[in-house]
Amino acid sequence: MSILVNKDTRVITQGISGKTGLFHTQQAIEYGTKMVGGVTPGKGGTTIEGVPVFDTVEAAVRATGANASVIYVPPAFAADAIMEAADAGVELIICITEGIPVLDMVQVKRYLEGRKSRLIGPNCPGVITPGECKIGIMPGYIHKRGHVGVVSRSGTLTYEAVHQLSTLGVGQSTAVGIGGDPVNGTNFVDVLRMFNEDPDTEAMIMIGEIGGTAEEEAAAYIKEQVKKPVAGFIAGMSAPPGKRMGHAGAIISGGKGTATEKVAALEAAGVHMAGTPSEMGSTLVDMLKERGLFDKCRA
Amino acid sequence: MNIHEYQAKAVLRTYGVAVPEGAVAFDPEEAVRVAERFGGKAVVKAQIHAGGRGKAGGVKLAKSLDEVREYARELIGKTLITHQTGPEGKVVKRLLIETLSDIQKEYYLGVVVDRQTGSVVIMASEEGGMEIEEVAAHSPEKIFREVVDPAVGLRPFQARRLAYAIRIPAALINKAAGFMMALYKAFVDMDCSIAEINPLVVTNDGQVMALDAKLNFDSNALYRHKDIVELRDIDEEEPIEIEASKFDLTYIKLNGNIGCMVNGAGLAMATMDTIKHFGGEPANFLDVGGGATEEKVTAAFKIILSDPAVKGILVNIFGGIMKCDVIANGVVAAARQVGLDRPLVVRLEGTNVDLGKQILGQSGLAIVAADSLAQAAQKMVELVK
Repeated sequence: MSILVNKDTRVITQGISGKTGLFHTQQAIEYGTKMVGGVTPGKGGTTIEGVPVFDTVEAAVRATGANASVIYVPPAFAADAIMEAADAGVELIICITEGIPVLDMVQVKRYLEGRKSRLIGPNCPGVITPGECKIGIMPGYIHKRGHVGVVSRSGTLTYEAVHQLSTLGVGQSTAVGIGGDPVNGTNFVDVLRMFNEDPDTEAMIMIGEIGGTAEEEAAAYIKEQVKKPVAGFIAGMSAPPGKRMGHAGAIISGGKGTATEKVAALEAAGVHMAGTPSEMGSTLVDMLKERGLFDKCRA
Repeated sequence: MNIHEYQAKAVLRTYGVAVPEGAVAFDPEEAVRVAERFGGKAVVKAQIHAGGRGKAGGVKLAKSLDEVREYARELIGKTLITHQTGPEGKVVKRLLIETLSDIQKEYYLGVVVDRQTGSVVIMASEEGGMEIEEVAAHSPEKIFREVVDPAVGLRPFQARRLAYAIRIPAALINKAAGFMMALYKAFVDMDCSIAEINPLVVTNDGQVMALDAKLNFDSNALYRHKDIVELRDIDEEEPIEIEASKFDLTYIKLNGNIGCMVNGAGLAMATMDTIKHFGGEPANFLDVGGGATEEKVTAAFKIILSDPAVKGILVNIFGGIMKCDVIANGVVAAARQVGLDRPLVVRLEGTNVDLGKQILGQSGLAIVAADSLAQAAQKMVELVK
């Protein structure tokens, strides 16, 4: 078991003929992801990397039975791509694109209300269930199949955590990047809930950063509902207020969204916080050992 | 992206948002010519990209043209230090000369994108002139909010409800609601991330207008607002940050002495944190991005080294799709090209890491290799002591 994606997930790439879309479609196929098609308006009827290309998402879904879509289209067209996938009834939409105007995302969020699609991202590395399905830009080989759920707002910090776990001999059930934008499709609480309810996930690592209150909401949920061990890290302890630290959403504004507040809220919820990012994996392994879960979690 | 108050007011005026009559002046004589248009009495306001100008002495009330000239002379070229400028302050180069308003009462009005609801939210308060964060801390019950449904936009009933809630005089409710509707339209049309009117004023002659205006634009949406891009004032930005943006690098200047080069925003922040954790001070935030090429790495090196405060450089790369040997070659080439005169600690992890380390080791350059971020930060902190 895992969350969001597995070996049966049927994936299409929106923006498959672009450089990024093409490259990561090749990588996904190599990893073993069931890539069933691609969409690029005007390229319908052709074949790229052995998968059929369609002009519209609707046609792609009808022909291939796809239930997930990954979006690599440029920022100016990405909001429309997400809405097109939702309109076609795609259950899981993963948007990798960085730099989408925030008011476009406000419209997307409204459009998704009442529809059955779940959006992951935008501005995220994607989702991977090791050994089964890789959707996104993460390096596949650092992952190991296992029982720890990883959720993060940052791409490279997710790789860092996964790599540490794998090196310590601990595998992952699923790793989810929720993205660094201020308005996104899926938040920490949504993913933590899925991990909490997944019988195959024994423990979790959550990696947050400055800006917004998503980590505080996660802390409240963990306090109420989560019995599984959770380790955490918050990036941006040393970030000055009022400066956007790369990610559109990583900004301390009006004294809100500081790392100190987030760390305090998570610690109060029983999350063990890593002092430095080098200790994310070992912090969780220590918790697993304390609770007698380490052997079960060894990959 | 930020713009000046006078520019914000000009943008808002085109949307029918009421603002006082006025214009920008770059020197005292120009200030006088603007003030002549409305009979000599004027407000002289320093234009810098920071709040708190009033308290710092950047806003003057002139009762005559001579006073306008005097204040303009005093302010132009002056360094204003406000709670938002940092201790170094900002030099005033432009002034806004405006008519005096006969103020009855001040209010607060703000439009933002609310992360929790994923919607545009319009906020209002009776506590005009105060910072909204201060009001939120002391009397949160005085802040009223309306969440806007993007499908229909701000509705007049919502604007009226806000106007009533902050106790705008009864006769001016519709005027205030109209002001809010116009402000919301400007916000959405121009892809703002913040529109703040503080204070919004009601005058004794029955006007509802923006005495101050702050507009902040979503940099991701600037591609569809060429007119706004032209309002950029590079005097208000760090020259080194402008240089970095030319290479598509995200660079933010900080006050320490350890230069950082990292791929990924989260990892870049975490690298700064780790340096601080071991007692060092980062000189910058620098994200070379996921697809760091040799050219980008070289540009990043040059930018970091152009900061005289930098005593050493820490490179932290998690090579995923980007292979470590490619990164290592980039680092070596860059170090040779720029002439490395300060300690360099490199931590590589990910694809082809052994090959990457080998390239660094055989380069003949004084590169200190580290196996983890913590170790890299510790070594760097030692080296710059």
